[in-house]
Amino acid sequence: MSLNQVKINDFVIRFANVNGTGSASANYLFCKSIFRMGVPVTPKNIFPSNIQGLPTWYEVRVSEKGYLGRREGIDIMVCVNPQSMLKDVGNVRTGGYFLYDSSKPLHSNYIRDDIHYIGIPLMEMCNEAFTDPRQRQLFKNIIYVGALAALLEIDFKVFESLLAEQFAGKEKLIAPNIKALQMGVDYIHEHYSDPIDIRVEQRDLVGDSIMIDGNTACGLGAVYGGATVAAWYPITPSTSVIESFMNFSDEYRIDPETGKRNVAIIQAEDELAAIGMVIGANWNGARSFTATSGPGLSLMNEFLGLAYFAEIPTVLIDVQRTGPSTGMPTRTQQSDTLEAAYASHGDTKHILLFPSTPKECFEMTADAFDLTEQLQTPVIVMTDLDLGMNDHMSKPFQWDDHRQYKRGKVLDAEALEGIERFGRYLDVDGDGIPYRTYPGTHPTKGSYFTRGTSRDEYAVYTESGDAYVRNMDRLMKKWNTAKSYVPGPHLYQEVNLSTYGILFFGTSEYSTEEAIDILKAEGVQLDAIRIKSFPFNDTVEEFIHSHDKVFVVEQNRDAQMKSLLMIELSINPEKLVSVLNYDGLPITADQIVNSIKSGLSFSDLK
Amino acid sequence: MTYLRPKFRHPELPKNNLGYSVDYYEGSLSTLCAGCGHDSISAGIIQAAYELDIEPHRLAKLSGIGCSSKTPAYFLSNSHGFNSVHGRMPSVATGANMANRDLIYLGVSGDGDSASIGMGQFVHVIRRNLNMVYIVMNNGCYGLTKGQDSATADSGSKNKSGHVNLFQSIDLASLAIELGATFVAQSFSGDKSQLVPLIKAAMNHPGFAFINVISPCVTFNNNPGSTKSYDFVREHMEATSTFDFVPEMAEITTSYSEGSQKSVKLHDGTFLQFHKIAQDWDPEDRISAINAVQNAKLKNEILTGLLYINPEPVDLHEMINTSLRPLNSLTKEDLCPGSEVLKSINKDWR
Ligand SMILES: Cc1ncc(C[n+]2csc(CCOP(=O)(O)OP(=O)(O)O)c2C)c(N)n1
Ligand code: SF4
Ligand SMILES: [Mg+2]
Repeated sequence: MSLNQVKINDFVIRFANVNGTGSASANYLFCKSIFRMGVPVTPKNIFPSNIQGLPTWYEVRVSEKGYLGRREGIDIMVCVNPQSMLKDVGNVRTGGYFLYDSSKPLHSNYIRDDIHYIGIPLMEMCNEAFTDPRQRQLFKNIIYVGALAALLEIDFKVFESLLAEQFAGKEKLIAPNIKALQMGVDYIHEHYSDPIDIRVEQRDLVGDSIMIDGNTACGLGAVYGGATVAAWYPITPSTSVIESFMNFSDEYRIDPETGKRNVAIIQAEDELAAIGMVIGANWNGARSFTATSGPGLSLMNEFLGLAYFAEIPTVLIDVQRTGPSTGMPTRTQQSDTLEAAYASHGDTKHILLFPSTPKECFEMTADAFDLTEQLQTPVIVMTDLDLGMNDHMSKPFQWDDHRQYKRGKVLDAEALEGIERFGRYLDVDGDGIPYRTYPGTHPTKGSYFTRGTSRDEYAVYTESGDAYVRNMDRLMKKWNTAKSYVPGPHLYQEVNLSTYGILFFGTSEYSTEEAIDILKAEGVQLDAIRIKSFPFNDTVEEFIHSHDKVFVVEQNRDAQMKSLLMIELSINPEKLVSVLNYDGLPITADQIVNSIKSGLSFSDLK
Repeated sequence: MTYLRPKFRHPELPKNNLGYSVDYYEGSLSTLCAGCGHDSISAGIIQAAYELDIEPHRLAKLSGIGCSSKTPAYFLSNSHGFNSVHGRMPSVATGANMANRDLIYLGVSGDGDSASIGMGQFVHVIRRNLNMVYIVMNNGCYGLTKGQDSATADSGSKNKSGHVNLFQSIDLASLAIELGATFVAQSFSGDKSQLVPLIKAAMNHPGFAFINVISPCVTFNNNPGSTKSYDFVREHMEATSTFDFVPEMAEITTSYSEGSQKSVKLHDGTFLQFHKIAQDWDPEDRISAINAVQNAKLKNEILTGLLYINPEPVDLHEMINTSLRPLNSLTKEDLCPGSEVLKSINKDWR
């Protein structure tokens, strides 16, 4: 092998597997080993909507500089899937490496003269070393991890400790795993003694970071946020939010004295029922949420309008996937923005939160319960498949034990005693937010009729146009109040450094930050802002107004966030330049850079 | 429009054990058509709640959309009410019940609301045995949208405009029994003496209690040729039995002929005492209940009364083992694992 300049801690490796063959845990072991070496790493699962037998890829980007977005250009391909081999060979960058199972000779179709081949007879080795057919299958994956450890010079001790943790309580599984790893290491040492030009070196760059997926974080956030009723209907990629909530509930929501559960989790018959249950529970004073994805969100529209108009707290976690319709159910997108913002018929608007990291998934989910009760309107957490189902390096989660749940304006029996006549929809405080009561509070005061029909300030049905307009205007006032409740954007600079800005949200964060650095190195300065919520507050508006052009990065075809900005802030469309990606894979820095370069005359920017 | 009822009442109305007279259980003035069967059912609910000494604020009333679903505004004005969206009352009731198991939940729906758009939620709330009373005010048509056939209209039944229904009807009571509802009854809005005890028994039932009440729509479906008209139902009604509540140890005073009686012991130690029982029917036997309903149908009769009861139902809370304390009363101290736990969770993810 020829030795070019050695790339240390900067490469992309892709594993091509068949789903259902146990590759996930081996690939994760590889990824985690790099994390344990103190080097920033970001894995992406590219999987089919199928349970067994179809191609699946796991891509790991290793980045000394800490870039956590996806990157195009595969440096090392580990291919153990004959079905996808042709495509996989083609995807390796010139000069890259192709690691494959050489138990059978490689067909000449797969031979390129500009890449390196590393053949390991995985199947043969496994058949010799293991008798159990399941183990033969599983350990093929572990052997290639061992081979990679040798090629990339990953410290073997790291694997020993990872396996010890993984199999705590099932110690007898450790030895065969170590054996398989060692087989991979030995094979490389015996057959490929020349080093490759990619290497992992120990660093201290991950600090106290954790590795976790956004859905687990949302589920945990719901536990910390005090949710007691969850209703849901299975749909990829949101299911694991509820699974996480269930798992943490099993641990932290069992009353130690009675063994009874401080939580009710209902698998509903469909998403309509799921959101109906959530609304019923919130109406009755329990914190309640559901999680879904695009098709479910479509079904929930009518109920979201009811919750908006009748002013009932509702938390919905939308883990977006590629639409429209069933679309690509196992690929990511940010294409529910407009659907969520204006869900349901009539004049409706909903509060949206846009987490970018697992830490924000945790925090925003917990915060959503405060916001929805304070504002008495639905709050939708807009995450996506990339954030929800992939592991991400994240700052550790934090919780302030002094934090109290903000239950909003709720009158108890004592407060009701002091009131002449309770008006459910009266704007007592001038902020558009009325007072509510829970059923069962007081024998004679505070009861009212919740309805989706128009009513007056005392919740009495009316068809008076004046009363209707008063109510709609109050809802608008409440919407404006919400701007000071929702999390403000992250501004990357204190003063503007450029006449050009870039605006982004959610999982476009990593790649956009990287793109900004790339452009800067080329002499192009961009001011940056990351939106965290809708309604947009004044900072967002000022940012756009104070720049000549603003690039809007988003992962959908129709530039939905751009539309939302135009509609809500009356921005001239000419001013907003879209940077779009909608192929179902997470957006990359190169895509952003190229789009920006082609969207404007590059010399204009400099 | 909802009108407030004039508050003047005769001072000598009798009071129940809580000291409330029946007018305390009323709601605002009904805006339904004069003679609408739904108003009689509202009156039955008022009477039952009064007789059972229910604290109105400890009851939540929920509905979907339709003339029938408007009625919760017309009874129990001190109860919280929720007029939700068309066909979705069961899910809202499920969430509400999960939040606070200590209230009584009364759901009101129509035949359109339950047998068409809401069929999915209707069957699933039964499967889960939610502890609630579920009343369908069944007029065989969509009253509020001006009289179209509903899925409970009998095949061959004619409505006011002369249109004859071609399709098979859905029999909600049979369906409920089939799905495992633990209390199923059928009645007629025009028979208060039967309806009130049924509503009382349903409210006392600690599981899903369904009452399908035939409730004529005087405006669109009360004509000759309709099988949901007052005249037709009066002529074709047949009862499984009559019954009363009997507190434990109380002496049974009324005498009926031997062999036509049965008592069913309830969860709280009280009894249901059945009289004049139909042949081959046992209120605790699902198969006999289904047979009785089907046999009545063959004879062109509408079987009313209690059809089936499981006196010891296991409700949703019991099935999923939720806390006896209402979930909406739990505080941060009960619910939030705190920062130390979070630290150890973080550690697991390094
Ligand atoms: C989603 C939706 N579709 C249609 C309607 C119109 N709609 C209102 S009431 C009703 C039928 C009500 O029939 P039923 O439940 O039998 O009540 P009734 O008026 O007969 O008592 C319909 C179709 C609606 N409100 N919502
Ligand atoms: S239209 Fe029919 S169901 Fe509606 S209120 Fe009138 S009589 Fe009753
Ligand atoms: Mg009807």
